[in-house]
Amino acid sequence: MADVTNGDAFVEFERVQKSYDGENLVVKDLNLSLPKGEFLTMLGPSGSGKTTCLMMLAGFETATHGEIKLDGKPINNIPPHKRGIGMVFQNYALFPHMTVAENLSFPLEVRRMSKSDREAKVKRALDMVQMGDFGGRRPAQLSGGQQQRIALARALVFEPELVLMDEPLGALDKQLREHMQFEITSIAHNLGITTVYVTHDQTEALTMSDRVAVFDDGRIQQLAPPDELYESPQNSFVAQFIGENNTLEGTIKEIKGDHCVVQLADGSLIDAKPVNVTQPGEKTLVSIRPERVEMNKERLSPDAHTLKAEVVEFIYMGDIFRTRLRVAGKDDFVIKTRNAPDQRRLQKGEQIEIGWLAEDCRALDA
Amino acid sequence: MTDSTAGMTPEEARRADEAHTGPMLAADGTPLKKSLARALRRQKLRALGLIAPLLVFVLITFVVPIGDMLLRSIKNDIVADTLPATVETLADWDADASELPGDDVWMAFYVDMWFAAERKEHTRLGSRLNYEQTGVSSLFRKTGRRVDRFDTDVYTDQLVDLDPSWEDPASWAAMLDGPAADALPLTAETWERWKEFNVEEGDAVLEEDVPDFLFTTLYYELNNGAEVDGMSDRLDAAKAAVGEFETVSLQEQFADADEDWLDPEVWKTIQLYSPRVTSGYFANSVDMQLTPEGIEPRPDNQQIYGILFKRTLFMSLVITGSCIMLAYPVAWLLSNLPMRTANLLMILVLLPFWTSLLVRTSAWKVMLQQQGVINDVLVWLGLVADDARLTMINNQFGTIVAMTHILLPFMILPMYSVMSTIPPSYLRAAKSLGATNWTAFWRVYFPQSVPGIGAGSILVFILAIGYYITPEIVGGNTGTFISNRIAYHISSSLNWGLAAALGTILLVVVLVLYWAYDKIVGIDNVKLG
Repeated sequence: MADVTNGDAFVEFERVQKSYDGENLVVKDLNLSLPKGEFLTMLGPSGSGKTTCLMMLAGFETATHGEIKLDGKPINNIPPHKRGIGMVFQNYALFPHMTVAENLSFPLEVRRMSKSDREAKVKRALDMVQMGDFGGRRPAQLSGGQQQRIALARALVFEPELVLMDEPLGALDKQLREHMQFEITSIAHNLGITTVYVTHDQTEALTMSDRVAVFDDGRIQQLAPPDELYESPQNSFVAQFIGENNTLEGTIKEIKGDHCVVQLADGSLIDAKPVNVTQPGEKTLVSIRPERVEMNKERLSPDAHTLKAEVVEFIYMGDIFRTRLRVAGKDDFVIKTRNAPDQRRLQKGEQIEIGWLAEDCRALDA
Repeated sequence: MTDSTAGMTPEEARRADEAHTGPMLAADGTPLKKSLARALRRQKLRALGLIAPLLVFVLITFVVPIGDMLLRSIKNDIVADTLPATVETLADWDADASELPGDDVWMAFYVDMWFAAERKEHTRLGSRLNYEQTGVSSLFRKTGRRVDRFDTDVYTDQLVDLDPSWEDPASWAAMLDGPAADALPLTAETWERWKEFNVEEGDAVLEEDVPDFLFTTLYYELNNGAEVDGMSDRLDAAKAAVGEFETVSLQEQFADADEDWLDPEVWKTIQLYSPRVTSGYFANSVDMQLTPEGIEPRPDNQQIYGILFKRTLFMSLVITGSCIMLAYPVAWLLSNLPMRTANLLMILVLLPFWTSLLVRTSAWKVMLQQQGVINDVLVWLGLVADDARLTMINNQFGTIVAMTHILLPFMILPMYSVMSTIPPSYLRAAKSLGATNWTAFWRVYFPQSVPGIGAGSILVFILAIGYYITPEIVGGNTGTFISNRIAYHISSSLNWGLAAALGTILLVVVLVLYWAYDKIVGIDNVKLG
């Protein structure tokens, strides 16, 4: 990650801050650079500043401090229509009084392109999103997914090098959303355009992006490829925000290189990997993914610590079993097991022992 | 299902079933449409019950009076009701011959006038016909005073001299109950009217003196060869004697009362307006007049309504236009400001609604008059010489300014309600696609705000075209509308027929414009909120 040097950065935020009221910073000291062709997702809860960043990049908001560069040139003072950035809006913002073809040809018209060029480009863009036959329709006559495709085609028809997408799939149902995720990424990669994508849906972020910037409280909490983000969260916010996660509060008992022992509130000990803890006695929040919890003692190293757990609830979910346990006095500890032939279905009230590999359990900031 | 449907898929079977039995049937075998209607009937009745009070109210206070007023623009019963016999006989008169009508008309008119004068209806008829020809009103009034004292008693005296029984009303009743009624149609009809009149007055016809006009009609009919031979000695004697009677000319009698009766124009007017339905009011309201030759334009110096209609349309358009120009930026601002500020400004927009219309109009009088605020300020600034103060009121300018101000909220409100539904993301999208601020506005925002402009324009235009108070106060001579003329005819000249015709034309003009608007812009594109 972050191996992008400033030299070949296509989009660059340098110490950018944004405040609306002069009292609170919505974006605090944002530094971000992305190379050409990258698909970057800004992920975060609402109010985390991700949309503001996107709007600053698009030119609809001005940065209170700092500089935004596009292809090496500062764009702070360039009005939005001269930035040449394609944008897909949350509710598509297709012009209702124009047909689909007119919508697509609008950016070409304002660029004073000849009629034949326009028609060719509109046709190509419509074909790209497999909507070639819909040029004469009005946006209101299209389904949500079709409108979404048109919005995408419109943002791409004038061949921008950078496309911004502001929660474009928020209004679609789950199945369509998954389909569109795939389509958007494949189009973006085929065209080789740089994409900044804003969402609060972590699945979307993980499945689509080259890199994900997790926003919270006006800062990027972690900027990493999806797998790294999921498996190696840098702090407890990221760990909890991305994917399902079990957390246990405790204190560091001892640290030995890549391994530490954490004492939980009830005195029991667990193994963990120190991430941002440095010395014994520190408070910590350990994080362990539900699918990395092991019930089979034989698969753990002989000296590994285990915890006693009581089954509170067993949920059959088809491909997996989701079991809720009471661990160390709290009953929100979840484990997921694959629905395999040898997998036993646990009964409510059953007493089991659980453990994990130390590198799967990350001791993070409290 | 028949055997032929065996082996079909359920879908095919269903279709075949439908084809066999026609309409869909409900479970109990009644047609589905019928049972649906039955199920919905209760609901519909309840809905009707809920709106019934308003419906009745609107019918009684709006539809019926307006319909009645509109009918007045063609209704013309008064001539035929007041002068029934005259209208009948005058129908044969050739108006083009410029000769006076014949004796039968004078005879019928004498009888009609007598009854009209007794019932005091002749003055109303006079005022009605005075709309068409000046001077007729006083003609009827004068004649009404004289008709009772015509010299027709000579016939009475001569007939009574022949046979004193003519003085006995009972003998008349007996005579006209018999075959004489057919032989003497005019006398018989007049006798019937005389009987009716006595009933109205609460008198017994047999106790009243037989009036002179009955003797006159009898003389007239006998003299014209009524076939009464052998009906009674009295009639035979009378018929034999009438040739030798001293006569009196009814035409001269009327001429004595007012010599205008010798003017064929008066008779032309009466003949022209004898039908119960007339196009005269409409002709008048478009600067035409009815003549025996047909509808002709009025002389140039009498034309007024064409100018007024044109002025009304033109000024309403100007007012609508200036309202659009002024309201658009305001509505834009309102819809783009934060809610709190927008609400505050909205109160300012609505404030005029809470002030009396008269107060607002009068305020403009204070502002615009020659010694008013604006002129004072301009003089004080030295922009205008004291002796050359601007005339800004009692003309078109004053009306346009005041009405634009008064009607402005009606433009702002629909515009605002439409604009506030246009998400700001459209403008952003347009800009992100490379449009300048102006292009984004003109190509993306403006077309979407057109329904608001349309709704506001219709509202303002229709309100303006019928506006009355403001032009009346600030319009002077050149800034008044057609509605001021209508009001004049309703309250001053009392020519309600003409007022109704003008109002009907105004209504039709509005409906035509509305229709044209629907064709061009489409009424579906109009949003009021």
